Amino acid sequence: MIKFFLMVNKQGQTRLSKYYEHVDINKRILLETEVIKSCLSRSNEQCSFIEYKDFKLVYRQYAALFIVVGVNDAENEMAVYEFIHNFVEVLDEYFSQVIMFNLDKVHIILDEMVLNGSIVETNRARILAPLLILDKMSES
Amino acid sequence: MSDIVEKTLTALPGLFLQNQPVGGAVAARAPFCSRLGSLVRGITALTSKHEEEKLIQQELSNLKVTVSAPTTTLKVMKECMVRLLYCEMLGYDASFGHIHAIKLAQQGNLLEKRVGYLAVSLFLHENHELLLLLVNTVVKDLQSTNLIEVCMALTVVSQIFPREMIPAVLPLIEDKLQHSKEIIRRKAVLALYKFLLIAPNQVQHIHIKFRKALCDRDVGVMAASLHIYYRMIKENAPAYKDLTGSFVTILKQVVGGKLPVDFNYHSVPAPWLQIQLLRILGLLGKDDQRTSELMYDVLDESLRRAELNHNVTYAILFECVHTVYSIYPKSELLEKAAKCIGKFVLSPKINLKYLGLKALTYVIQQDPTLALQHQMTIIECLDHPDPIIKREVKPQAYKSVNIFEDYMLVKEKHSITLPHAVLGTVLKASCMGVRVPPAVPHPGPVLGEYSYLLGKDTAEEVITKLYKLLLSDSVSSETKAWLFAAVTKLTSQAHSSNIVERLIQEFTVSLDTCMRQHAFELKHLLEDVELMRNLLPVDKSCEDMVVDASLSFLDGFVAEELSKGAAPYKPHHQRQEEKLSQEKVLNFEPYGLSFSSSGFAGRQSPAGVSLGSDISGNSAEMGLKETNSLKLEGVKKLWGKEGYLPKKENKTGDETEAPPNPQEAITMENVDQIVTKKDQSQVLTQSKEEKEKQLLASSLFVGLGSESSINLLGKADTASHKFRRKSKAKETKSRETTSAQDMPCSSLGSSSSVTYEEDYYLDNLQGRVDTDLEKFSLNSELLDSDTLKEHPLVEELSNCSLSTPSLFADSNMEVFHPPESIAASIDNEPSLASSLLEEATEHMYSDLTEVCNNETISVSAYKIWKDDCLLIVWSVSSKSGVDLENANLEIVPAENFKITEQPGCCLPEGEAESTKNFQYSVHMEKPCTEGNLSGFVNYQMMNTHSAQLEFSVNLSLLDFIRPLKISTEDFGKLWLSFANDVKQNVKMSESQAALSSALKTLQQKIRFHVVDVIGNEGLLACQLLPSIPCLLHFRVHADIVALWFRSSCSTLPDYLLYQCQKMIEES
Repeated sequence: MIKFFLMVNKQGQTRLSKYYEHVDINKRILLETEVIKSCLSRSNEQCSFIEYKDFKLVYRQYAALFIVVGVNDAENEMAVYEFIHNFVEVLDEYFSQVIMFNLDKVHIILDEMVLNGSIVETNRARILAPLLILDKMSES
Repeated sequence: MSDIVEKTLTALPGLFLQNQPVGGAVAARAPFCSRLGSLVRGITALTSKHEEEKLIQQELSNLKVTVSAPTTTLKVMKECMVRLLYCEMLGYDASFGHIHAIKLAQQGNLLEKRVGYLAVSLFLHENHELLLLLVNTVVKDLQSTNLIEVCMALTVVSQIFPREMIPAVLPLIEDKLQHSKEIIRRKAVLALYKFLLIAPNQVQHIHIKFRKALCDRDVGVMAASLHIYYRMIKENAPAYKDLTGSFVTILKQVVGGKLPVDFNYHSVPAPWLQIQLLRILGLLGKDDQRTSELMYDVLDESLRRAELNHNVTYAILFECVHTVYSIYPKSELLEKAAKCIGKFVLSPKINLKYLGLKALTYVIQQDPTLALQHQMTIIECLDHPDPIIKREVKPQAYKSVNIFEDYMLVKEKHSITLPHAVLGTVLKASCMGVRVPPAVPHPGPVLGEYSYLLGKDTAEEVITKLYKLLLSDSVSSETKAWLFAAVTKLTSQAHSSNIVERLIQEFTVSLDTCMRQHAFELKHLLEDVELMRNLLPVDKSCEDMVVDASLSFLDGFVAEELSKGAAPYKPHHQRQEEKLSQEKVLNFEPYGLSFSSSGFAGRQSPAGVSLGSDISGNSAEMGLKETNSLKLEGVKKLWGKEGYLPKKENKTGDETEAPPNPQEAITMENVDQIVTKKDQSQVLTQSKEEKEKQLLASSLFVGLGSESSINLLGKADTASHKFRRKSKAKETKSRETTSAQDMPCSSLGSSSSVTYEEDYYLDNLQGRVDTDLEKFSLNSELLDSDTLKEHPLVEELSNCSLSTPSLFADSNMEVFHPPESIAASIDNEPSLASSLLEEATEHMYSDLTEVCNNETISVSAYKIWKDDCLLIVWSVSSKSGVDLENANLEIVPAENFKITEQPGCCLPEGEAESTKNFQYSVHMEKPCTEGNLSGFVNYQMMNTHSAQLEFSVNLSLLDFIRPLKISTEDFGKLWLSFANDVKQNVKMSESQAALSSALKTLQQKIRFHVVDVIGNEGLLACQLLPSIPCLLHFRVHADIVALWFRSSCSTLPDYLLYQCQKMIEES
């Protein structure tokens, strides 16, 4: 199960956070700080999975941006690792402008892909379909 | 392909941070976006937390004004909501906006509504009271004609919804399962999945609709339903076994590329769907052979198909390996899967190495021999400069076999063979103040030797921890001896320590002689630090050291003493015999030794013990010996609590053959010394630099190869496997000398001497020859017994020549049950007995017992324990010539049992009028210890009115236990794979011919299959129909039977233990 989905930049500033189990707002900040710290401490030659407390972190770095997913033991790390990439590809397909100024849309996309900690959709066309319809209707 | 994507993606971060929108297909809502944009930019530019807080608080107070202003448009509100989300994401309280999120969801249009819902799902938690205010909006949107609104409502329901309000939306959502649009059906399934998670009872009635979703024509809907099934199967796999075929078919289609191409990810068809299906199959096939058989093909294909070199194929492959090792094993598949792992571990990509090592732990849990092919790769992999691989894999490996752990801790030390994993356990335990399990005697010396490798603990710290442990009452004295040895070793590394002084003070007055001895040794050593450093060098325990086992350096001393008139040295056994002949008071018999190889290590005396025994006083001698005991090379086998071990076998030979012959004892000793020396020189030549890795690999993996049949309980202790390999060369040689003595006494079949010897042999893990001999003599002993003699097999066996013991090694112990019940029933009721079905003679059956009767008819029943089910035959017989032709019998359906009428029951000719038989097969659907079958017979009386007679039959779990015919090797494999474990010692009522009688009892009464008999140990296996295996390791010592059950099912061992206990005590 996916516990949380984070996008954090190298400065440790959270760009997006989504928790699939309730975590107190104060604890979230603490956790995010620790998570990015452990990601930053790693070199390129090291593997993308980290043991962290009672779960695992799977992360991918896209230049200054880290996408970090917290998963429990039952999850297949590589499947999650590739899922992150799939997510980024979807973002890449949709956005042609600054993603971070569209926090809501990124969330809407993520909601199509992950629900209750399970990966529910990975088909790019289907993930984007509802959002594209919304955009189209808003325009007209 | 993936490279191109990576390239375009390198531009992506720019998108995240660029100041100017690039502009494009999606309309830029500049004025609103830029407000969030300027906030984000502002925050990004800040350097201190304080400034950030100031800025956000400012932003929040602005937002507060805006959202509560009545003139604020929904469009603005939406934009405000996003900024509120952003603030709360950074950890600032924006709860004043929560209610506005609900309002936005209620009043907004399209994107505004969506953002409203989004904000609700992010702001509120499951039990938030505001959530109730959302229900009406959701209900309204679910009924909307606008599909997008329905979608939004379904999405929010699948994220967050008040449990108590489920009934309000459930019918609406159920309706959506029939919607014409796939997206609606899919989201409806996901909403139901949410309900299943938070309130499983509320969706129980729609399970049938889940099946429809599984069969949906749209892949997305089907895939969504898999989440539901994964969950339900995890909770209760047996209920969904019938769906196995469907899952297999779906997986086949996906693997075969039958899905639309837009489900592909980098040309791999729906990888996450494949993974989900593999997981489900893993759950369904667990411990269930029949179900597993359905999936072997598709798993095989999955393994074959995954040839594309992309990360995601490895993810699938990994899951596939996991599934193959979760389900009922098929050796061919296991091998293929194990081979696949080579692709992972050989990859230059570190992530794949990680995955490969993780997969390897599954392999090791199931069958360590399959991991052998990767041993060199593993070693190389662990030599990888990246430490994370080791760190990541360690906890995984730690759970299964300590190979990696071993390697991790003693990387450069090739011949170290102690279970280092225990070290961690002890250190952790002592840090947390937990008591150390008494069964952990080994780590002491390891601590002493290698705790410096841990790095974080200095010698002093470790000594402090050990000191605490030493003072603890919960630690056994043997463990304490180990721990003290560790302290001694560490003291040489530590500079000075008050703790050590205190320790010496405390233990020099200890009541425990052994501890006192230790303390004095340490005290004297402390007085000469230089000597101590020489004696106890850091990290030298693996260096080969020529041990003068003959103690020749003492020759001068001995000669001198002898010339002064001292008594010549007598071997331990000789002294003992003399003593015994004088006074038969003390029992010097060794205590029972455990069969498992772990018992061997347990037997090895800690350094202090052997120090205290024969020669003492010389401190140089002590140090030497201590390092030896760490090294476990050669010495261990020579010395035991009894003294010089090889003499012991000499002693047993003496008992049966000849009076004690001191001359012979000496030659024996010499032979062994030569062997020892040869052995050591061998090791010396091998430990060349170029062979380091091979050596390491073989020492790590030792015991996993050809000898695995002996290694039945090997999981508990890897150290002893390693030791076995080390001393193998020696064994082969010493066997030549010992077997000459074995032969006559084995063939004599004297049970007492045989059992006596076994302890020794098993302990030393002698080669097959000896074991076979023992097997033979014991088996023949068993077969000699009265009941079995009637069986023709016995004759065949006795015709066999003694020189071919291997003939008996396999299936000679096949269950053969004396048909005592036939005899009984024939005597009592000849007419009924003759109506026994022919089939009954092929299977085992019970007595025919009357279950009920009245003045006109009598109903009897007996059970036939068929291979695959329990067959119950009810025999209705007429007492007064009532015509039974129209009689029928009905069985009331019973919980946990599946009862099927077997029509194949024909009545024997001539008996038709007076007797009628009804045959039912009974399957146990859910394991339960007891059950009851009731039913009634309808029959016609003379005066044509019908009468009814009720009856019932008791069922026990034992009715569903069948022998599990497996080989010793399979037993070993299965044994390691089972987690549920129960042990108990049972006292037998009779001590004579203990093993054979107990085995017989278990064979007959519980239907165990006797897999193997080795010495005073028996391996038995049975299964609960349809296929839940349970293994029993059985050891007899005097009148005590040690029963050790393992099974994949948690309740089975307990129940069988109870039954066995009952039967053994009764017999």
